[in-house]
Amino acid sequence: MRPFRYERAEDASGAVAAVAGHPEAAFLGGGTNLVDHMKLGIAGPELLVDVTRLGNDAIEPLPDGGVRIGAAVRNSVLAASPLVRERYPVLSHALLAGASGQLRNLATTGGNLLQRTRCVYFQDLTTPCNKRRPGSGCGALAGYTRYHAILGASEHCVAVHPSDMAVALVALDAVVEVEVPGGSRRLRVADLHRLPGDAPDRDTKLEHGELITAVELPAAPIAARSAYRKVRDRASFAFALVSVAAALDVADGEVRDVRIALGGVAHKPWRAARAEDALRGGPATEDAFRAAAEAELAGARPLRDNAFKVPMARNTIVAVLRDLAAG
Amino acid sequence: MDARITLRVDGEQRLLTVDTRTTLLDALREHLGVISPKKGCDHGQCGACTVLLDGRRVTTCLAFAVAHDGAEITTAEGLAHEGELHPMQRAFLEHDGFQCGYCTPGQICSAVGMLDELRAGWPSHVTSDLTARPELDDDEIRERMNGNLCRCGAYVNIVSAIREGAG
Repeated sequence: MRPFRYERAEDASGAVAAVAGHPEAAFLGGGTNLVDHMKLGIAGPELLVDVTRLGNDAIEPLPDGGVRIGAAVRNSVLAASPLVRERYPVLSHALLAGASGQLRNLATTGGNLLQRTRCVYFQDLTTPCNKRRPGSGCGALAGYTRYHAILGASEHCVAVHPSDMAVALVALDAVVEVEVPGGSRRLRVADLHRLPGDAPDRDTKLEHGELITAVELPAAPIAARSAYRKVRDRASFAFALVSVAAALDVADGEVRDVRIALGGVAHKPWRAARAEDALRGGPATEDAFRAAAEAELAGARPLRDNAFKVPMARNTIVAVLRDLAAG
Repeated sequence: MDARITLRVDGEQRLLTVDTRTTLLDALREHLGVISPKKGCDHGQCGACTVLLDGRRVTTCLAFAVAHDGAEITTAEGLAHEGELHPMQRAFLEHDGFQCGYCTPGQICSAVGMLDELRAGWPSHVTSDLTARPELDDDEIRERMNGNLCRCGAYVNIVSAIREGAG
């Protein structure tokens, strides 16, 4: 591992100044992904700026019915928060579907959003990877693509975003607060992550040195009836093949509002806006759910080994909506 | 680059100098001679290195020691009190909750941390009602212990040990 200097930041602006001022610096949260990458040789920062003690580790109710989550809140604490369990069950379910108890106790909210793909070619230094080394090619496209994207991929990268939490946040229209040099800005989580295009080395729209300090969940009465379903190769401690975060508001058999986001299918958490549009104002029936899922997946471009993900995503969307409609 | 840090390990204050690249696991094993946390995968996947860090179970292989200066650590060894085994340690012995024993210190620390989480009312992936108080059954034990692998496959007895150790 490359030698590095370690600094413990005391406030967000200091942390941002330290990282922005050094091209080879990185923020350190819980470390569950970054420390592993440093061991593997995927990352080699010269300076680590620890951002776990900036005082942003609280979960607070907002006056308008929303909730503000400090970026340093650990995944386990967030999943167990009574506020989240009551108002946004989909978020608790998504967090609890991810990783292990030990990792959730370390991993932070900000770090979870910024974790990198588990594409094995990205993690294997002996294979080409445009995300790890721009211009080197894609090992996955010539390799085994069972775990890769079916939506929004490019010829340069077919990796998927691994977070469960982020899928729920996208469905909930969450917003991140970002500390930037000399100020701050806000960004929808749905706009935080990128599709790979011709620059798959960039996972998000954040610039070097910009730091997520909090996540805001807007008031969402619809989320009281919400769920997260994760389909994977084993029952626990595995990444998603396909996952679905959804919330549904039905009155008199009609869909008043609906939120659907997919995990395991794209380079970013995938908001299924087409499916939502197809459902709003229509009947809350299984046929309608299936038609909406098919509308969303009409643009799917499966690879050699992952065609199964298309019907899997469709069936999972239908199953989650059917359960939510049944109450 | 070296850093001087202190750790309180199993009740004893320890001062040490570590390269910033040293994980908490290596600091414990290689610098302090505390060898009950084991190095298995070294990537956070097997749980053999689990300890209680400031009261919560974590994998020490994915934490840099320098980032935990001043922390309080309890290893499986430190769970025993004045020569008396912790109830979870006794339960593992009584139920034969191991074969080779390599994963056992991590299993035991994880089980103790897991029970604290349960007592605090934390739900798990298999808890059906997020707003109810979770109750420990075998499905809950298996899900909550998903971060501890046993290559000997002693899971059946590990589950019984934890059921008994939970009291």
